[in-house]
Formats: sequence, C-alpha cells, structure tokens
Amino acid sequence: MQAFTTVAGPAAPLPAANVDTDVIMPKQFLKGIDRSGLSRGTFHDLRFDAQGAPRPDFVLNRPEWAETRFLVVGPNFGCGSSREHAVWGLMQLGIRAIIGTTFAGIFADNAANNGLLLIGVDLAEVATLADLAADPQRNRLAIDLPAQSILAGDLRVPFEIPPSRKDALIRGLDAIGTTLDQAATIRAFEDRYHAAQPWLAQ
Amino acid sequence: MSPRTLYDMLIDGHTVARLDDRSGPGAEVLLYIDRTVLNEYTSPQAFSGLREAGRRVWRPQAALGVVDHVNPTAPDRNAEMPDAGGANQVRYFAENCRDFGIELFDVLHPLQGIEHVVAPELGFILPGMVVGAGDSHTTTYGALGALGFGIGTSDIEHYLATSTLRYRRMRTMRVTLDGTLAPGVTAKDVVMALIRRIGASGATGYAVEFAGPGIAALSVEGRMTICNMAVEGGARGVIMAPDQAVFDYLAGKPRAPKGAAWDAAVRHWSTLRSDPDAVFDREIRLDAAEIEPLVTWGISPDQAAPVGGHVPDPEAEPDANRRRDMARALAYMDLTPGTALETVGIQRAFIGSCTNARLSDLREAAGILRGRRIAAGVRGMVVPGSSSVRRAAEAEGLDRVFIEAGFEWRQSGCSLCLAMNDDVLAPGERCASSTNRNFEGRQGAGGRTHLMSPAMVAAAAVAGHLVDVRRLAREH
Ligand code: SF4
Repeated sequence: MQAFTTVAGPAAPLPAANVDTDVIMPKQFLKGIDRSGLSRGTFHDLRFDAQGAPRPDFVLNRPEWAETRFLVVGPNFGCGSSREHAVWGLMQLGIRAIIGTTFAGIFADNAANNGLLLIGVDLAEVATLADLAADPQRNRLAIDLPAQSILAGDLRVPFEIPPSRKDALIRGLDAIGTTLDQAATIRAFEDRYHAAQPWLAQ
Repeated sequence: MSPRTLYDMLIDGHTVARLDDRSGPGAEVLLYIDRTVLNEYTSPQAFSGLREAGRRVWRPQAALGVVDHVNPTAPDRNAEMPDAGGANQVRYFAENCRDFGIELFDVLHPLQGIEHVVAPELGFILPGMVVGAGDSHTTTYGALGALGFGIGTSDIEHYLATSTLRYRRMRTMRVTLDGTLAPGVTAKDVVMALIRRIGASGATGYAVEFAGPGIAALSVEGRMTICNMAVEGGARGVIMAPDQAVFDYLAGKPRAPKGAAWDAAVRHWSTLRSDPDAVFDREIRLDAAEIEPLVTWGISPDQAAPVGGHVPDPEAEPDANRRRDMARALAYMDLTPGTALETVGIQRAFIGSCTNARLSDLREAAGILRGRRIAAGVRGMVVPGSSSVRRAAEAEGLDRVFIEAGFEWRQSGCSLCLAMNDDVLAPGERCASSTNRNFEGRQGAGGRTHLMSPAMVAAAAVAGHLVDVRRLAREH
C-alpha cells in the first residue's frame, strides 16, 4: 500500500452526512476485474451531468480545487456497501486523507489497507476546517502523520490514530506478508481449534 | 474470569495472536476466520493479488463462491450476462474458483442465489463461527449464532491467504426487544425502528448483540432480516445467542454436522451466550408493542416514519446540518413536507434481496396478494432469495399467487436491490422495495426507493400507493 508521511495540498468540503459508497463509486464502475480506471467513477453523479459533462458548480470541478488532496466531510462518510472500489477511486483521484467526525467501519478498514488516511476530529474542528476548505484563498492544508497534526496557516489541529495503524501507514506495510510470518502460529491455532470442535474441521 | 459478552467469547476463542499490548475495544488481534462467502464483484482483485504474489488459498474448503450480483433474473435462465463487464467478472470468478480449489455456485447451479440466503440454507454457517466476507450484509449470519461482518477486497485477499484477519476489537452494544409484535408488524419493522432510533451511524464501532423475548419469539428467518439490515445502523458485526430454533433450523441441512458430531456440536452451541452479568458498552431497549409498520421517506435508511404518518418538515428540525440533509433528501425523493405517506403513489414494487426474499417473506407477501391484483400502472417483481427458495415457493403454489396478482416471478439474484444487472428503475420512478438501502441512485440513477417489509410492498402494489398493510389484512 501507498506510504503516508507528510502530504500538502488543497482540501475540499463535502459536508453532507451519510455519503455512501454508492455515491462515492456508482455501480456502473464496479464491473472491472482490476483496480484501474476508477478515478472517472469517483463521485460520478456529483461531478458529471447526464451527458457526461462536468458540473461546473461541484467543488472538485472548480479550478481552485483542481489538485485536491484532502476532503473535509460530514458524519458517517463511506457508509453502505463494502466495495473497496470507493477507496481505490478516491486515491486515483488524488485524495490522500479525509477529515471528518465519524467514518463507516468497513470503509475505514479499506482505507487503512490502501494507505488512505482517515482523520477523526471533533465537530467544532471539522467545522473550522470545512470553512477553510470552502475558501479558495485558504484551502491549503498539510498533514504531518508522524507528528499527528493537521496544519493550516497558523492553525494546528492534533489528531489520534492507533499506533499500529500509524506505523503501517508510514511504512506502507504489506499486511499479508507480515501475517504469513506467523504461519506456524496460525497452523498451531487451527490444529488446536479443530481438535476441540471437530465438526468445523471438514 | 470476569463476565464476558458472547462477542468477547467468540473473539477470545478466535484470537490466534495479539498484535499490540492493549485489551478491550481498539485492541488489535490476529483473528481466525472460520468461513467466507465470495461473490463475483468484490473478489476479482483479491484473487489477482494472490496470483501476482504467487500465494495459495490457506483453506479452500472454508470458502464458497456464489454468483449473485451481476446476473440477470429473467424467468428463462441462461448463462448470458447483460453486459461485457459482468460476463468478464463471472468468467474470471469461475477461473479463480477452479484454480484455487473453491466450490462455486455459478448462475446455472441449482443452489445459486444471493450469498446471504444460500450460505445459511446450505448449513455452511454454524453457531460459534466467525465469518468475514466481502459483502457488508455478512452480518446476516448473526441470526445463526455466528459473528458475521463485511470486509473489503484487501481483507478478502488477506483472509484467503492466511485464514485470518488483522482485526480491531469493537465496543459492544446490546439491543433488547421486549414484548410482542402487533399483527402486521414484522422483523423488518423492528430493524427499521432500531435504525430510525439510533441513526445510520448509531452502531458504528460496535458489535451488536440482539436479545430479549421479542427476538426469541421470531423465526430464524425473521432474525436474519434483523441481523442483515443492522449494518444500515453502522453495526460492524452482529450476533444473537443460538437457541433451539436455530438448532432446529440447522438440523439436516446438507453441510451441518450429522450423528455424534451433531450432538457434540449442539452441546457446545448451547453454551454460547453472554454471561448474565456481562457489561455492554451501550444498551438499547425496544418495546415490540410500540413498533408500527415503517416506510422510508428519504435517502438514508434512518429517514423512516410510520406508514400512517406524514413526510416530515425540515423547518421543524433544529439542527442545521440535519435540516440541510433532510431538505436534500426530500428534493431527491420529490416529496413535500406534510404529505400523508399513504398518498404517495408508486410505479414499481420489488420483493427481493438478502434482507427479505426468504420463503417466509414470500409467504407473507403472497398472503396479502391472494385473490387481489396489483394496481394499473404498477410493475411488480418478485426475485426469490435463492433458487432453492424459488423451488420451495413453487412447490406450495406461491408463484401462482404472485403471477395471478400481476407480479413477475423471476430467477434469483441481487437484482433491483443494487441494479448491477439489467433490473433498474428509470429516472423518477418510485419503488416500494423490500430491500435495505434507499441511497440516491441505488436502484437506478434518479430512481426513488421506499424501504418497507415485503407484505407492505405487496400492499402498496395492490393500492398503487404506500399503504398500511393492516388495512388490507383486515379486509381479507
Ligand atoms: S441482495 Fe442487495 S444487499 Fe444483499 S448482497 Fe445483494 S446487493 Fe447486497
């Protein structure tokens, strides 16, 4: 997965609650067998009209947000389906971190597995950052993961992240390889477990 | 040992190794996963990852592949997919299952159906299991006493390669259902009432245990409806303590243990319950007697109201953010505040999905439709949850009831629940739907979804508008 240390760039506000993964990545972009080509699908119906032309009023289509790296979002972002395509598409669009109050569980795990940083801060801090993100003069942020800080001008907003998740993000770890280092432990567990509940062993 | 919840017991019993020095919620463990179910649209990149890294599947017999999301549901079944993308996914899925030694129910298989309907009816999911699978409604298996939760594609790949997940412990919530449901009120209304109460993220970060006499009184299929849809309240894992009804449900299922192994299993399963003094991080109580048939009016499953009520007025909502979200929902749904919900006309009626397309659901809907016709201008579709459900329904003549009422009697699949195949709403069409998500565009761009129980969908189809099913039941 993509490593994350310090990233800077514009932030865009998407304040609606419950932005679900159907909105982030509509079904017509789920027909592939690889991860490619998903940037067009990301927020498709918000970004493009029925004829496929960009909607000029949608924030990510406006020139001041052309290089957007961060989203400042409403509560329960990423709810709904487990489709990881939503995370792949956001990253292909250039999004590296998302700031909000709460994120849906499967989406959060998918983000962690791909190096998309989700930052949960309180409602007042989200409101402050959303105001900045909405202002083209002040919408540039920097996120310093080692220091666990969001920086915007003079403002510094600290955030929490579980140490193991932070470490994995900074190092861009391959989780499967790490787990397979413990293959013998898994095998021993499995033998014990199936001996105790033999009906699970078939 | 201090008293533990059933969730704690299952996580402790499946912990292969601790990954940090924490305990309790947030602690990360390497968690053993008993079973998974795979589908054609969230698994391809996981298999590609295995192929690229030269990795094998750790325990192929613990996985089951089912084609369900992209296949057509036209009454005449063939192996043709409606588009090249879907065809490619189905072809690659078959190739992956073959190359990695995984059993596959493809579209022409007699046991094909929606994964969360197929796996329980096969006896593939048993009490005490932990099941992580690449679909959010994996929570369904909570009804069988198995902890079920959805995972994304990277975690599917991790599971396939290792039979484990790197897992962060959840907080625990218990939802206790007291009392008895009134006639005409169903398991679907229970779970919709819960989501309406706690909100679409009310259970985010929690594993939810359902308990209480109201749950015990429900059929196992009704319990599956509740566990299935609890994910729309954010639940990241759902469980119910298995009881005699679950053992009766599983007895004789093809993949359930037999003979002495069955007896040993039931003895173990009977111990699977939260300690009486176990402490949950959050407790919710619902009174079954107060629950009414509900319908959604918005674009999030928590935007629901009793069917006898009215479209709410955003101006009456004090919170500015919620007010804005409500206004947006009403604009999308083309509804005016104050409108009686029972006057909202529909053009489509859909009975299907992993939430509500089991045999008991079809019986309830058919009970309303017997001797009636759907209203002019309404197109009705029944998509059974599995091919087995379809055959069982036909054996008792339910197909005739639906067809005589004017419904299309179709083959199994996800169908109009997410409209990844050719079953789609046209822009602006309004659908009474027994599914689980009323998101914008979920059933087709511009389509408008009202979630409700299958009997309520049948009633709406007959009336041509949303209607309290109890009115029709009384006339029968
Ligand atoms: S029926 Fe709907 S919710 Fe269930 S698995 Fe299929 S698409 Fe998902």
